[in-house]
Amino acid sequence: MSIDWAVVAMAVPLLAEGALTSLKIAALAGLLGLSGGVVLGLAALGGPAPVRGLVRAYVDFIRGTPLLIQIFIVFFGLPMLGWRPGEFVSGVIALSLNSAAYVAEVVRGAVGSVEAGQAEAARSIGMTRGQILVHVLLPQAIRPMTPALTNDLITLVKNTSLLSVISVYELTRSGQAVIASHFAPLEIFALLALYYYVIITALALVSRWIERRLPAW
Amino acid sequence: MVSPAPRAEGPLLRVRDLRKSYGAREILKGVSFDLARGETLVLIGPSGSGKTTVLRCLNHLEHPSGGEIRLAGETIGGRPGPDGRWRPLGEAELAGQRRRFGFVFQRFNLFPHLTALENVAIGPRRTLGLPPAVARARAEVQLARVSLSAHLHKRPSQLSGGQQQRVAIARALAMEPELILFDEPTSALDPELVHEVLDVMRALAREGLTMIVVTHEMRFARQVADRVVFMTDGAVVEAGPPEALFTAPREAQTRRFLTHVLER
Repeated sequence: MSIDWAVVAMAVPLLAEGALTSLKIAALAGLLGLSGGVVLGLAALGGPAPVRGLVRAYVDFIRGTPLLIQIFIVFFGLPMLGWRPGEFVSGVIALSLNSAAYVAEVVRGAVGSVEAGQAEAARSIGMTRGQILVHVLLPQAIRPMTPALTNDLITLVKNTSLLSVISVYELTRSGQAVIASHFAPLEIFALLALYYYVIITALALVSRWIERRLPAW
Repeated sequence: MVSPAPRAEGPLLRVRDLRKSYGAREILKGVSFDLARGETLVLIGPSGSGKTTVLRCLNHLEHPSGGEIRLAGETIGGRPGPDGRWRPLGEAELAGQRRRFGFVFQRFNLFPHLTALENVAIGPRRTLGLPPAVARARAEVQLARVSLSAHLHKRPSQLSGGQQQRVAIARALAMEPELILFDEPTSALDPELVHEVLDVMRALAREGLTMIVVTHEMRFARQVADRVVFMTDGAVVEAGPPEALFTAPREAQTRRFLTHVLER
């Protein structure tokens, strides 16, 4: 068995293009997932009982079903609701919905474990539940949340590869296209792995850097 | 401060038959007392006697199981509904009432992510809705009052315990509460730092601030209190001016407690 270096050389720029799309998807879904997750997490802690129940149910559903199925549900479900956003947007939405649930759990855990005296002190100066969450508890939870959020982000980057099933031309899909035309699966899959590995390693480094720069009190 | 109470020129705070139970365990068995404007009341008693619970019930950090608390005539924590039955207040209204009490915690409970100045300004800013510059100015005044003007921009972790507790007192003062509740404010401090907190409290009492202090500092109680209340077992045993209570306690329980703590 020998490696077809010509195919590898040809594939490098093609895959780079796909990688860019993957990054774009991850960035969009990461931002939406993070903001959605923070809102859901805070609602799970401070919202009225029915809201807390709904968040709980949502998180349970997302965690209890495969992402692949969720992607198909969004992809085929949105058109039934009369909206055809195309595979890229569908993919971003599916990944955002998924990621928000996991982020919500991280937020709930970290904000919920800030020492109880903090909320008491805030109540003693007349803060309401929402104010306490936003001004007192959430800021103190940011640093302890960072490692878990980094994990979620890494998972999200890897999960973008699942969007290949709805023909989003991201990294994995671009590799599959090369395989289909040149039939060099091992070379291309190995190259794909390398691409993901580099992206994720870079992300992990950045996140560790951010974590170090965050103030510890 | 200026406006006369709408009703009754009576006591500022009126507590009647205050009760608190956790499940079957009865912590407060009907505590009653009055507090006049400008008065300093010191609550003493053995640990577990319910002193801290009294304070925490007054501003509803814990919800009392029964009894009545009136601040300047207004019932705290609830009011009778149209059918005459008791209705607990909602979150926002209760938060509004809590602003009228200051609370100083044993373990300071400062916000570690904020500077001293921000710790004091956040209440006026967020709950009284003052513009940032006004809240800040008010915080500076209160921090000066507790002699911390040199430490405005330090975080709690950069301050000593005594300094942290003084920031906490400034945080309570900045809300301009009608009274301040002190829950063993020196118990978490190293012995050599106790005096700086007591000095601040002494000055506040002299200035006419209304306060209720739970403490084990008997000398402070004797010097500063207008009235001392002795509690055991969730009930008031005896109350009176400090000289009378410390030199000639009427009840055997009080005598026993005092010989214990004064011997140390």
